Amino acid sequence: MKKSIKLISFVYVLVLVSAFTVRDGGYKIGDVVEDFSLKNIDGKTVSLSDYKNSKGVIVVFTCNTCPYAVMYEDRIMDLNTKYATKGFPVVAIMPNNPEAKQGDSYEAMKERAKEKGFKFPYLMDEGQKIYPKFGATKTPHVFILQKKDGLHVVEYIGAIDNNYQDASAVTIKYVEEAVDAMLTGKEVFEKETKAIGCSIKV
Amino acid sequence: MKLKVIFIALIAIVSCKEEKESEKVVNNETEIAIKVIDSNSIDLEVYDFNGFEKFLNKNNNKTYVINFWATWCGPCVKELPYFEKLNEAYKNDDVEVILVSLDFPYLYESKLKPFIKEKKLASKVIALNDVDMNTWIPKVDVNWSGSIPATIIYKNDTRKFYEQSFTYEELTKELNQFLN
Repeated sequence: MKKSIKLISFVYVLVLVSAFTVRDGGYKIGDVVEDFSLKNIDGKTVSLSDYKNSKGVIVVFTCNTCPYAVMYEDRIMDLNTKYATKGFPVVAIMPNNPEAKQGDSYEAMKERAKEKGFKFPYLMDEGQKIYPKFGATKTPHVFILQKKDGLHVVEYIGAIDNNYQDASAVTIKYVEEAVDAMLTGKEVFEKETKAIGCSIKV
Repeated sequence: MKLKVIFIALIAIVSCKEEKESEKVVNNETEIAIKVIDSNSIDLEVYDFNGFEKFLNKNNNKTYVINFWATWCGPCVKELPYFEKLNEAYKNDDVEVILVSLDFPYLYESKLKPFIKEKKLASKVIALNDVDMNTWIPKVDVNWSGSIPATIIYKNDTRKFYEQSFTYEELTKELNQFLN
Protein backbone atom coordinates (compact mmCIF):
# COMPACT_ATOMS: atom_id res chain seq x y z
CA MET A 1 0.00 0.00 0.00
CA LYS A 2 2.72 2.39 1.03
CA LYS A 3 4.58 1.51 -2.13
CA SER A 4 1.64 2.30 -4.34
CA ILE A 5 1.16 5.67 -2.66
CA LYS A 6 4.80 6.39 -3.33
CA LEU A 7 4.37 5.42 -6.95
CA ILE A 8 1.24 7.53 -7.35
CA SER A 9 2.98 10.56 -5.84
CA PHE A 10 5.93 10.04 -8.14
CA VAL A 11 3.70 9.89 -11.22
CA TYR A 12 1.79 12.91 -9.98
CA VAL A 13 5.03 14.84 -9.58
CA LEU A 14 6.20 13.81 -13.04
CA VAL A 15 2.94 14.97 -14.59
CA LEU A 16 3.13 18.23 -12.67
CA VAL A 17 6.71 18.93 -13.65
CA SER A 18 6.26 18.00 -17.29
CA ALA A 19 3.09 20.08 -17.52
CA PHE A 20 5.07 23.06 -16.32
CA THR A 21 7.90 22.42 -18.74
CA VAL A 22 5.58 22.43 -21.71
CA ARG A 23 3.70 25.52 -20.62
CA ASP A 24 6.85 27.42 -19.88
CA GLY A 25 8.92 26.96 -22.95
CA GLY A 26 7.35 25.02 -25.78
CA TYR A 27 9.45 23.14 -28.30
CA LYS A 28 13.22 23.36 -28.14
CA ILE A 29 15.77 22.57 -30.82
CA GLY A 30 15.73 18.82 -31.42
CA ASP A 31 12.16 18.30 -30.16
CA VAL A 32 9.65 16.31 -32.19
CA VAL A 33 6.60 18.34 -33.18
CA GLU A 34 3.18 16.80 -32.59
CA ASP A 35 0.80 16.74 -35.52
CA PHE A 36 -1.69 19.61 -35.65
CA SER A 37 -4.75 20.38 -37.77
CA LEU A 38 -5.90 23.96 -38.32
CA LYS A 39 -8.39 25.70 -40.58
CA ASN A 40 -6.92 27.37 -43.63
CA ILE A 41 -8.32 30.54 -45.24
CA ASP A 42 -9.92 28.40 -47.97
CA GLY A 43 -12.04 26.61 -45.36
CA LYS A 44 -10.09 23.37 -45.61
CA THR A 45 -8.11 21.83 -42.78
CA VAL A 46 -4.35 21.63 -43.06
CA SER A 47 -2.38 19.19 -40.94
CA LEU A 48 1.34 18.87 -40.45
CA SER A 49 0.93 15.21 -41.38
CA ASP A 50 -0.26 16.32 -44.86
CA TYR A 51 3.37 17.14 -45.62
CA LYS A 52 4.34 13.53 -46.20
CA ASN A 53 6.67 14.10 -49.10
CA SER A 54 8.40 17.29 -47.99
CA LYS A 55 11.86 17.41 -46.44
CA GLY A 56 10.56 19.79 -43.83
CA VAL A 57 8.29 22.75 -43.18
CA ILE A 58 8.99 26.43 -42.47
CA VAL A 59 6.37 27.28 -39.84
CA VAL A 60 5.88 31.05 -39.51
CA PHE A 61 3.70 32.52 -36.77
CA THR A 62 2.54 35.78 -38.29
CA CYS A 63 -0.50 38.04 -38.50
CA ASN A 64 -2.11 40.91 -40.39
CA THR A 65 -1.73 43.58 -37.74
CA CYS A 66 1.81 43.53 -36.36
CA PRO A 67 4.02 46.10 -38.15
CA TYR A 68 7.00 43.75 -37.98
CA ALA A 69 4.96 40.92 -39.51
CA VAL A 70 3.78 43.24 -42.26
CA MET A 71 7.35 44.33 -42.99
CA TYR A 72 8.27 40.67 -43.42
CA GLU A 73 5.26 39.60 -45.55
CA ASP A 74 7.09 39.82 -48.88
CA ARG A 75 10.11 38.06 -47.45
CA ILE A 76 7.91 35.22 -46.15
CA MET A 77 6.40 34.89 -49.64
CA ASP A 78 9.90 34.82 -51.14
CA LEU A 79 10.90 32.04 -48.76
CA ASN A 80 8.01 29.91 -49.98
CA THR A 81 8.80 30.66 -53.62
CA LYS A 82 12.43 29.70 -53.14
CA TYR A 83 12.06 26.66 -50.90
CA ALA A 84 8.65 25.01 -51.50
CA THR A 85 9.95 23.32 -54.63
CA LYS A 86 13.09 22.26 -52.79
CA GLY A 87 11.03 20.48 -50.14
CA PHE A 88 10.62 23.17 -47.47
CA PRO A 89 7.23 24.89 -47.97
CA VAL A 90 6.00 27.71 -45.74
CA VAL A 91 3.05 27.16 -43.42
CA ALA A 92 1.85 30.40 -41.83
CA ILE A 93 -0.14 30.31 -38.59
CA MET A 94 -2.01 33.30 -37.17
CA PRO A 95 -1.81 32.93 -33.37
CA ASN A 96 -3.70 36.02 -32.14
CA ASN A 97 -7.14 35.92 -30.60
CA PRO A 98 -9.26 37.70 -33.24
CA GLU A 99 -11.54 38.99 -30.50
CA ALA A 100 -8.57 40.84 -29.03
CA LYS A 101 -7.36 41.95 -32.45
CA GLN A 102 -10.14 42.43 -34.98
CA GLY A 103 -7.70 43.02 -37.82
CA ASP A 104 -6.71 39.39 -37.43
CA SER A 105 -10.17 37.90 -37.90
CA TYR A 106 -10.66 34.94 -40.22
CA GLU A 107 -12.25 37.26 -42.80
CA ALA A 108 -9.38 39.74 -42.53
CA MET A 109 -6.86 36.90 -42.94
CA LYS A 110 -8.63 35.78 -46.13
CA GLU A 111 -8.59 39.32 -47.49
CA ARG A 112 -4.93 39.89 -46.68
CA ALA A 113 -3.87 36.59 -48.23
CA LYS A 114 -5.82 37.41 -51.37
CA GLU A 115 -4.42 40.93 -51.59
CA LYS A 116 -0.85 39.72 -51.25
CA GLY A 117 -1.35 36.50 -53.18
CA PHE A 118 -0.13 34.08 -50.53
CA LYS A 119 0.81 30.77 -52.16
CA PHE A 120 0.99 28.96 -48.82
CA PRO A 121 -1.57 28.03 -46.14
CA TYR A 122 -2.50 30.83 -43.73
CA LEU A 123 -3.98 28.99 -40.78
CA MET A 124 -6.06 30.27 -37.88
CA ASP A 125 -4.88 28.95 -34.50
CA GLU A 126 -8.49 28.58 -33.38
CA GLY A 127 -8.70 28.48 -29.60
CA GLN A 128 -4.99 29.38 -29.47
CA LYS A 129 -3.91 25.83 -28.71
CA ILE A 130 -1.00 25.40 -31.10
CA TYR A 131 1.23 28.44 -30.53
CA PRO A 132 1.84 27.58 -26.83
CA LYS A 133 3.00 24.09 -27.86
CA PHE A 134 5.59 25.69 -30.08
CA GLY A 135 6.43 28.28 -27.47
CA ALA A 136 5.85 31.04 -29.98
CA THR A 137 5.80 34.39 -28.17
CA LYS A 138 5.43 36.92 -30.95
CA THR A 139 4.84 37.65 -34.60
CA PRO A 140 6.78 37.01 -36.71
CA HIS A 141 8.35 33.92 -35.10
CA VAL A 142 9.83 31.16 -37.28
CA PHE A 143 10.24 27.44 -36.52
CA ILE A 144 11.93 25.30 -39.16
CA LEU A 145 11.02 21.62 -38.94
CA GLN A 146 13.10 18.97 -40.65
CA LYS A 147 11.73 15.53 -41.43
CA LYS A 148 13.78 12.83 -39.75
CA ASP A 149 12.60 9.20 -39.87
CA GLY A 150 9.09 10.43 -40.60
CA LEU A 151 9.04 12.84 -37.65
CA HIS A 152 9.11 16.63 -37.78
CA VAL A 153 12.04 17.81 -35.68
CA VAL A 154 12.64 21.45 -34.72
CA GLU A 155 15.97 22.57 -36.17
CA TYR A 156 15.71 26.36 -36.06
CA ILE A 157 13.82 28.93 -33.97
CA GLY A 158 13.86 32.67 -34.40
CA ALA A 159 14.06 35.51 -36.87
CA ILE A 160 13.99 35.62 -40.67
CA ASP A 161 17.02 37.87 -41.13
CA ASN A 162 19.02 40.62 -39.44
CA ASN A 163 17.39 43.79 -40.78
CA TYR A 164 13.66 44.27 -40.36
CA GLN A 165 13.76 47.83 -41.69
CA ASP A 166 15.38 47.25 -45.04
CA ALA A 167 15.39 43.92 -46.87
CA SER A 168 18.13 45.17 -49.19
CA ALA A 169 20.44 45.91 -46.25
CA VAL A 170 20.19 42.40 -44.78
CA THR A 171 23.59 40.79 -44.22
CA ILE A 172 22.50 37.48 -42.67
CA LYS A 173 19.45 35.56 -43.87
CA TYR A 174 19.04 33.26 -40.86
CA VAL A 175 16.19 31.14 -42.26
CA GLU A 176 17.77 30.72 -45.69
CA GLU A 177 21.10 29.76 -44.18
CA ALA A 178 19.39 27.19 -41.95
CA VAL A 179 17.35 25.62 -44.77
CA ASP A 180 20.36 25.62 -47.11
CA ALA A 181 22.34 23.77 -44.45
CA MET A 182 19.57 21.18 -44.06
CA LEU A 183 19.31 20.71 -47.82
CA THR A 184 23.02 20.01 -48.10
CA GLY A 185 23.14 17.79 -45.04
CA LYS A 186 25.16 20.25 -43.00
CA GLU A 187 24.72 21.31 -39.40
CA VAL A 188 22.68 24.51 -38.99
CA PHE A 189 25.20 27.14 -37.86
CA GLU A 190 22.85 29.49 -36.02
CA LYS A 191 19.98 27.47 -34.55
CA GLU A 192 18.38 30.22 -32.52
CA THR A 193 18.14 33.95 -33.16
CA LYS A 194 16.29 36.80 -31.51
CA ALA A 195 14.24 39.64 -32.94
CA ILE A 196 11.69 42.12 -31.67
CA GLY A 197 8.11 41.24 -32.48
CA CYS A 198 4.55 41.88 -31.35
CA SER A 199 3.40 39.84 -28.40
CA ILE A 200 0.69 37.30 -29.22
CA LYS A 201 -2.71 38.74 -28.31
CA VAL A 202 -4.78 36.54 -26.01
CA MET B 1 5.99 10.48 2.39
CA LYS B 2 3.54 11.67 -0.25
CA LEU B 3 3.58 15.17 1.17
CA LYS B 4 7.34 15.21 1.25
CA VAL B 5 7.60 14.27 -2.42
CA ILE B 6 5.07 16.87 -3.43
CA PHE B 7 6.87 19.45 -1.33
CA ILE B 8 10.17 18.70 -3.05
CA ALA B 9 8.46 18.92 -6.43
CA LEU B 10 6.99 22.28 -5.55
CA ILE B 11 10.37 23.62 -4.56
CA ALA B 12 11.80 22.36 -7.83
CA ILE B 13 9.06 24.11 -9.77
CA VAL B 14 9.42 27.37 -7.89
CA SER B 15 13.15 27.44 -8.45
CA CYS B 16 12.65 26.69 -12.15
CA LYS B 17 10.34 29.64 -12.44
CA GLU B 18 12.72 32.06 -10.81
CA GLU B 19 14.14 34.68 -13.09
CA LYS B 20 17.73 34.18 -14.01
CA GLU B 21 19.96 37.15 -13.44
CA SER B 22 20.77 38.72 -16.72
CA GLU B 23 24.22 39.03 -18.16
CA LYS B 24 26.23 41.97 -17.01
CA VAL B 25 26.89 44.36 -19.80
CA VAL B 26 29.72 46.75 -20.30
CA ASN B 27 29.31 50.17 -18.83
CA ASN B 28 29.53 52.79 -21.50
CA GLU B 29 29.12 56.19 -19.89
CA THR B 30 31.00 58.00 -22.61
CA GLU B 31 28.58 57.09 -25.40
CA ILE B 32 26.39 59.91 -26.58
CA ALA B 33 23.15 59.92 -28.50
CA ILE B 34 23.56 59.56 -32.25
CA LYS B 35 21.29 62.46 -32.93
CA VAL B 36 18.81 64.60 -31.14
CA ILE B 37 15.60 65.39 -32.94
CA ASP B 38 14.06 68.67 -31.93
CA SER B 39 10.83 69.84 -33.44
CA ASN B 40 7.51 70.78 -31.91
CA SER B 41 9.43 71.36 -28.68
CA ILE B 42 9.90 67.61 -28.18
CA ASP B 43 13.51 66.47 -27.87
CA LEU B 44 14.05 62.84 -28.68
CA GLU B 45 17.31 61.13 -27.91
CA VAL B 46 17.95 58.29 -30.37
CA TYR B 47 20.49 55.61 -29.55
CA ASP B 48 22.00 52.54 -31.11
CA PHE B 49 22.53 49.72 -28.62
CA ASN B 50 26.09 50.75 -27.74
CA GLY B 51 24.87 54.19 -26.83
CA PHE B 52 21.80 52.87 -25.04
CA GLU B 53 23.61 50.29 -22.91
CA LYS B 54 24.53 52.82 -20.21
CA PHE B 55 20.87 53.13 -19.24
CA LEU B 56 20.93 49.45 -18.19
CA ASN B 57 24.02 49.79 -16.01
CA LYS B 58 23.78 52.84 -13.80
CA ASN B 59 25.39 52.22 -10.45
CA ASN B 60 24.08 55.05 -8.32
CA ASN B 61 21.75 53.45 -5.73
CA LYS B 62 18.79 54.61 -7.76
CA THR B 63 16.14 52.12 -8.91
CA TYR B 64 15.50 52.18 -12.64
CA VAL B 65 12.38 50.90 -14.34
CA ILE B 66 13.15 50.46 -18.03
CA ASN B 67 10.15 49.73 -20.23
CA PHE B 68 10.47 48.69 -23.88
CA TRP B 69 7.44 49.80 -25.89
CA ALA B 70 6.20 51.23 -29.17
CA THR B 71 3.23 53.37 -30.20
CA TRP B 72 1.97 50.57 -32.46
CA CYS B 73 2.00 48.01 -29.62
CA GLY B 74 -1.48 47.85 -28.07
CA PRO B 75 -0.59 46.22 -24.73
CA CYS B 76 2.37 48.61 -24.37
CA VAL B 77 0.21 51.68 -24.82
CA LYS B 78 -2.33 50.23 -22.41
CA GLU B 79 0.22 49.89 -19.60
CA LEU B 80 2.05 53.20 -20.19
CA PRO B 81 -0.19 55.12 -17.75
CA TYR B 82 0.89 52.69 -14.98
CA PHE B 83 4.54 53.47 -15.63
CA GLU B 84 3.75 57.17 -15.66
CA LYS B 85 1.88 56.84 -12.39
CA LEU B 86 4.76 54.85 -10.90
CA ASN B 87 7.29 57.48 -11.93
CA GLU B 88 5.26 60.18 -10.22
CA ALA B 89 4.34 58.18 -7.10
CA TYR B 90 7.87 56.96 -6.37
CA LYS B 91 9.96 59.96 -7.34
CA ASN B 92 10.84 60.59 -3.69
CA ASP B 93 12.04 56.99 -3.38
CA ASP B 94 14.82 57.50 -5.89
CA VAL B 95 13.01 55.66 -8.67
CA GLU B 96 13.23 56.65 -12.31
CA VAL B 97 11.14 55.29 -15.17
CA ILE B 98 12.69 55.30 -18.63
CA LEU B 99 10.43 54.51 -21.58
CA VAL B 100 12.45 53.03 -24.44
CA SER B 101 10.57 53.36 -27.71
CA LEU B 102 11.18 50.78 -30.43
CA ASP B 103 9.14 52.73 -32.94
CA PHE B 104 10.36 52.72 -36.51
CA PRO B 105 12.64 55.70 -37.25
CA TYR B 106 10.50 56.93 -40.14
CA LEU B 107 7.62 57.35 -37.70
CA TYR B 108 9.50 59.39 -35.06
CA GLU B 109 8.17 62.68 -36.42
CA SER B 110 4.73 61.61 -37.54
CA LYS B 111 3.79 59.21 -34.73
CA LEU B 112 6.14 58.98 -31.78
CA LYS B 113 6.67 62.66 -31.05
CA PRO B 114 2.99 63.60 -31.45
CA PHE B 115 2.18 60.66 -29.14
CA ILE B 116 4.60 61.89 -26.45
CA LYS B 117 3.13 65.35 -26.72
CA GLU B 118 -0.51 64.28 -26.75
CA LYS B 119 -0.17 61.88 -23.81
CA LYS B 120 2.00 64.43 -21.99
CA LEU B 121 4.47 61.71 -21.03
CA ALA B 122 6.43 62.93 -18.03
CA SER B 123 8.83 59.98 -17.79
CA LYS B 124 12.01 60.14 -19.80
CA VAL B 125 11.39 58.77 -23.31
CA ILE B 126 14.28 57.68 -25.49
CA ALA B 127 14.34 55.82 -28.80
CA LEU B 128 16.40 52.73 -29.50
CA ASN B 129 17.17 52.20 -33.16
CA ASP B 130 19.41 49.23 -33.84
CA VAL B 131 18.45 46.68 -36.52
CA ASP B 132 20.93 44.03 -35.36
CA MET B 133 18.44 42.69 -32.85
CA ASN B 134 19.93 39.21 -32.56
CA THR B 135 23.06 40.84 -31.12
CA TRP B 136 21.51 43.24 -28.65
CA ILE B 137 18.36 41.45 -27.39
CA PRO B 138 20.36 38.83 -25.44
CA LYS B 139 22.47 41.64 -23.94
CA VAL B 140 19.33 43.16 -22.45
CA ASP B 141 18.39 39.77 -21.04
CA VAL B 142 19.35 36.26 -22.13
CA ASN B 143 15.79 35.06 -21.66
CA TRP B 144 14.10 37.76 -23.74
CA SER B 145 12.48 36.20 -26.81
CA GLY B 146 11.93 39.67 -28.26
CA SER B 147 8.25 40.37 -27.71
CA ILE B 148 7.13 43.69 -26.28
CA PRO B 149 6.09 44.98 -23.83
CA ALA B 150 9.17 44.04 -21.82
CA THR B 151 10.51 45.63 -18.66
CA ILE B 152 13.65 45.63 -16.55
CA ILE B 153 13.77 46.81 -12.96
CA TYR B 154 17.24 47.22 -11.50
CA LYS B 155 19.14 48.82 -8.70
CA ASN B 156 22.92 48.62 -8.89
CA ASP B 157 23.69 44.92 -9.48
CA THR B 158 20.26 43.53 -8.65
CA ARG B 159 17.94 43.21 -11.60
CA LYS B 160 14.84 41.46 -12.81
CA PHE B 161 13.51 41.10 -16.34
CA TYR B 162 9.85 40.74 -17.30
CA GLU B 163 8.54 39.78 -20.75
CA GLN B 164 4.92 40.56 -19.91
CA SER B 165 2.25 43.21 -19.46
CA PHE B 166 1.67 44.81 -16.07
CA THR B 167 -1.19 46.18 -14.04
CA TYR B 168 -0.29 49.05 -11.68
CA GLU B 169 -0.61 46.71 -8.69
CA GLU B 170 1.74 44.14 -10.21
CA LEU B 171 4.21 46.85 -11.06
CA THR B 172 4.32 48.35 -7.56
CA LYS B 173 4.63 44.87 -6.07
CA GLU B 174 7.71 44.18 -8.19
CA LEU B 175 9.19 47.62 -7.58
CA ASN B 176 8.77 47.35 -3.83
CA GLN B 177 11.10 44.36 -3.78
CA PHE B 178 13.87 46.75 -4.79
CA LEU B 179 13.08 49.45 -2.27
CA ASN B 180 13.57 47.65 1.03
